[in-house]
Amino acid sequence: MSATATTVPKPKPKPKPKPKTAAGEARMRHSGGGPREALRRRRGLLAGGGALAALLVLGAVLLGGGTWPAGLTADISAPLDAANDWVVDNRDSHPLFLYFLLHLSNTATDAVDSVYQVLDALGWLGVVAAAVLVAWRAAGLGRRGLRVALTALGAFAVCGLLGMWDATLLTIALMVVSVAAAALLGTLIGLAAGLSDRVDRALRPVLDTMQVMPAFAYLLPFVLVFGTGTPAALFCTVIYAAPPMARLTALGLRGADPAALEAAVSLGANGRQRLWTARLPLARRQMLLGLNQTIMMALSMVVIAALVGAGGLGEEVYSALATTDVGKAFAAGLPIVLIAVWLDRTTAAAGDAIGTSAPARSWLHGGRAWALVAAAVAAAAAVRTTGWPDAWTYDISAPVNRAQEWITTNLTFTEDWAREFTLWLLNPLRDALLWLPWWSVLLLVAAAARLVGNWLSAVTATAAMAAIGVLGVWTKSLNTLSQVLAALVVTLVLGFLAGVLCARAGRLERWVRPLLDAMQTMPQFVYLIPVVALFGATRTSAIVAAVVYALPAVVRITTQGLRDVDPAAVEASRSLGASSRQQLFGVQLPLARPALQLAVNQGVVLVLAVVVVGGLVGGGALGYDVIKGLSRGEMGLGMTAGIAIVCLGLVLDRVTQRTSRAPR
Amino acid sequence: MRTSRTLRTAVAVAGALGVLSLSACGAADTGKSSAAGGDKTVKLTVPSWVGAQANVAVAKQILEEELGYTVKTQQMGEVLAWDALSKGDIDAILEDWGHPKEEKQYVETKKTVVKGGDLGVTGHIGWFVPKYFADEHPDVTDWKNLNKYAEEFRTAESGDKGELLEGSPDYVTHDDAIISNLKLDLKTKYAGSEAAQITAIKKYAKAEKPFLTYWWTPQWLNAEVEMVEVELPEHEEGCDADPEKVACAYPNTPLQKFLNADFAEEGGEAAEFLKNFNWTTEQQNEVALMIAGEKMAPEAAAEKWVKENEATWKAWLPQK
Repeated sequence: MSATATTVPKPKPKPKPKPKTAAGEARMRHSGGGPREALRRRRGLLAGGGALAALLVLGAVLLGGGTWPAGLTADISAPLDAANDWVVDNRDSHPLFLYFLLHLSNTATDAVDSVYQVLDALGWLGVVAAAVLVAWRAAGLGRRGLRVALTALGAFAVCGLLGMWDATLLTIALMVVSVAAAALLGTLIGLAAGLSDRVDRALRPVLDTMQVMPAFAYLLPFVLVFGTGTPAALFCTVIYAAPPMARLTALGLRGADPAALEAAVSLGANGRQRLWTARLPLARRQMLLGLNQTIMMALSMVVIAALVGAGGLGEEVYSALATTDVGKAFAAGLPIVLIAVWLDRTTAAAGDAIGTSAPARSWLHGGRAWALVAAAVAAAAAVRTTGWPDAWTYDISAPVNRAQEWITTNLTFTEDWAREFTLWLLNPLRDALLWLPWWSVLLLVAAAARLVGNWLSAVTATAAMAAIGVLGVWTKSLNTLSQVLAALVVTLVLGFLAGVLCARAGRLERWVRPLLDAMQTMPQFVYLIPVVALFGATRTSAIVAAVVYALPAVVRITTQGLRDVDPAAVEASRSLGASSRQQLFGVQLPLARPALQLAVNQGVVLVLAVVVVGGLVGGGALGYDVIKGLSRGEMGLGMTAGIAIVCLGLVLDRVTQRTSRAPR
Repeated sequence: MRTSRTLRTAVAVAGALGVLSLSACGAADTGKSSAAGGDKTVKLTVPSWVGAQANVAVAKQILEEELGYTVKTQQMGEVLAWDALSKGDIDAILEDWGHPKEEKQYVETKKTVVKGGDLGVTGHIGWFVPKYFADEHPDVTDWKNLNKYAEEFRTAESGDKGELLEGSPDYVTHDDAIISNLKLDLKTKYAGSEAAQITAIKKYAKAEKPFLTYWWTPQWLNAEVEMVEVELPEHEEGCDADPEKVACAYPNTPLQKFLNADFAEEGGEAAEFLKNFNWTTEQQNEVALMIAGEKMAPEAAAEKWVKENEATWKAWLPQK
């Protein structure tokens, strides 16, 4: 069961490393430990409940009700705005910029530019040949390799057919550079964390925070320092995409088979030799999984990067939105999905191929096969084709627009749904949260975090919630929180249902998989317009966008969790005459609880990640403030809202994440 | 053993830092080098709204076909574009709706941006209702009667108040202040992007439902959905000086062009052409409609317009 987190099918943008589930598992065993243990827990709960009640009475008497008191706020927007002005005034003259940051920025531009030149020089034939052959080689030589190679061929052919060839190349160039930098950075951090316990402890909260931090929140400072264009986009992508690589590298190094390490020691290997010959090779599979995740996360930044002028497919999507041309946005979004599928299948296959040795008699093996790949690509490049031929393109925007038109005219009930949803769920939830006295919200957060995790997580969550109040965005944050909670409920209901269905019917899962891939990698911007056309510029639209984004991960983790339930237990219950319903509710779901909890946690993190995108379609609150800060260059406003989102993320993460009882 | 490893690590780190500082010992080029291409390159920003895309498309067409320049365009937010203009990442903004703070900072204080003259198009922001609603209730076009109709504009989002639909956070708005200062039963609803606002308006129009929106002319959608302006208290010079106390209509804004200071001096024919670039609201709308209404590519729309309106743009070319 401990493999839940790592064997979940691949494009899952935010991996939770194994220890969390392992810890959850440990706790489950722990908490299920006999009647005495249960009694002790109940007593603890009672004591906690009593303390909570006492605090509530005390708070009501001493502090009264209402929203966060104005006296307890600290406005950080003035210093931020001052910093903003300082950067603008000094970035052409200050040594920090001249001797360091501008070098970084120029190097980034040059790197992306030169990769693009190389791809361009290869010509379309060369690029397609390279993609197909590398996929084939990386996936092994059997039927699997053939299938992956065909996927690559199809992906690139469609990119060309859609008339997006040049934009695709530019995006790939940006991806190559940013993934390389993110992988390097991630590996270095992962090495440090994997080899030293102290570094690991220090880094964990940092990585946790990075994971819940929406990319929009730090786009702004980067734009200020590096200006619009490739460098800002590149650095944001690197920061966003590096954590999974770091986590999984550290995980791989720590999880190495002790017997193998012992063997290396007994053979007299010193520290460095052990690292190179035993630990790193043993961690290779985890590291490839990390690379896979890094690629997926980098791809999800493509459109956001276009907001700061990175060009490529993101810009095509973005400019299509100006004329509300859904067809064109779709034509630009599809290649992003296809690149994701191609890279995902290739790296996943490469990861699986590790350890399975090639058939010995095959002469196409090792270096020889790579040489063949290189030769073939060189030959294809030598044909000197240029861009994708114009004659081989097909414009899909007209039919897509017609389809969208038809859907929005005929599905009129959606608007009523949105109305009822707002009136009966969203508004009451928001008003209830706002009605609660501020201190009772803090107490609730503390109690929930303590119940799920340990004291440390309770303290973190409460501090984060208090920070929101101090920043002076209490009301807006609770508004956002109500939207996140509503989105989470919808996501979980749909996700668990779909997950159970998929786990029970294997064929269904195979059909659903490409759809889930597309939902997760298709930039939300592409479906924002149809969503608004169906639900209006309302908070409901924002929630729909969030649900679409978060659903795939929940479905996948649920399916995987149910699948991984020990078949012996299911078999036993069946032989005892349990109906299939009883099997599901009595055996499979309880046993899959750690996975379900992981799904909840992932759902929260992902829903929160698109709060900012929700601001673009009428979500308002924090998401809107971030966009406003970004587009108007108001650092104070944007950063305050961004930090508040991070704090909300920390609160929700701690409240939904099982940790071991005692802080370690 | 332990110390020797620590030592080795320290040496490695020091070495890495050394290499880094070596590579950084020269001062980096600022800004301008980041764009590839030769001398005859002009970099323009493409704003998110279609009218401004029309400016850029036509300017690009003429610069490339008549004057032999290469034009690079980059999409970005308005304020980001000011920043990029100051740095020289772009050479010109062709349509600016008024950014007093940036104008002060870059034009007056830093002197990295210079004015490029009028675009010729006059922009106007206001509150609009659809024509079908105004026809039924002619008195809605006076702000004093808005409270009477507030109920009609109610949505699930605005609760017991009427909804005033707002657009992208980019755009200049004083609506929250106007509502509270005029004591109106309205509430702003920020759609968050122009695309979302347009989609919402189209949705209302299709169902012929009443709505009230922050809107502006020239805008290509006006040809598709007819709207009537609600008259707010007349605009007087300085009535919007204090953002908290605004209680008047938006002014008519002659849209401005701005050029990077170095480009304005050394940009040669391109700079002169962009300074001369000047067309009417109708002409801009013609191109904008081709792009947005007929979904033509901006390049194709510009090519068509340039072919048909030679007399207009010949006057923009630099005198030889």
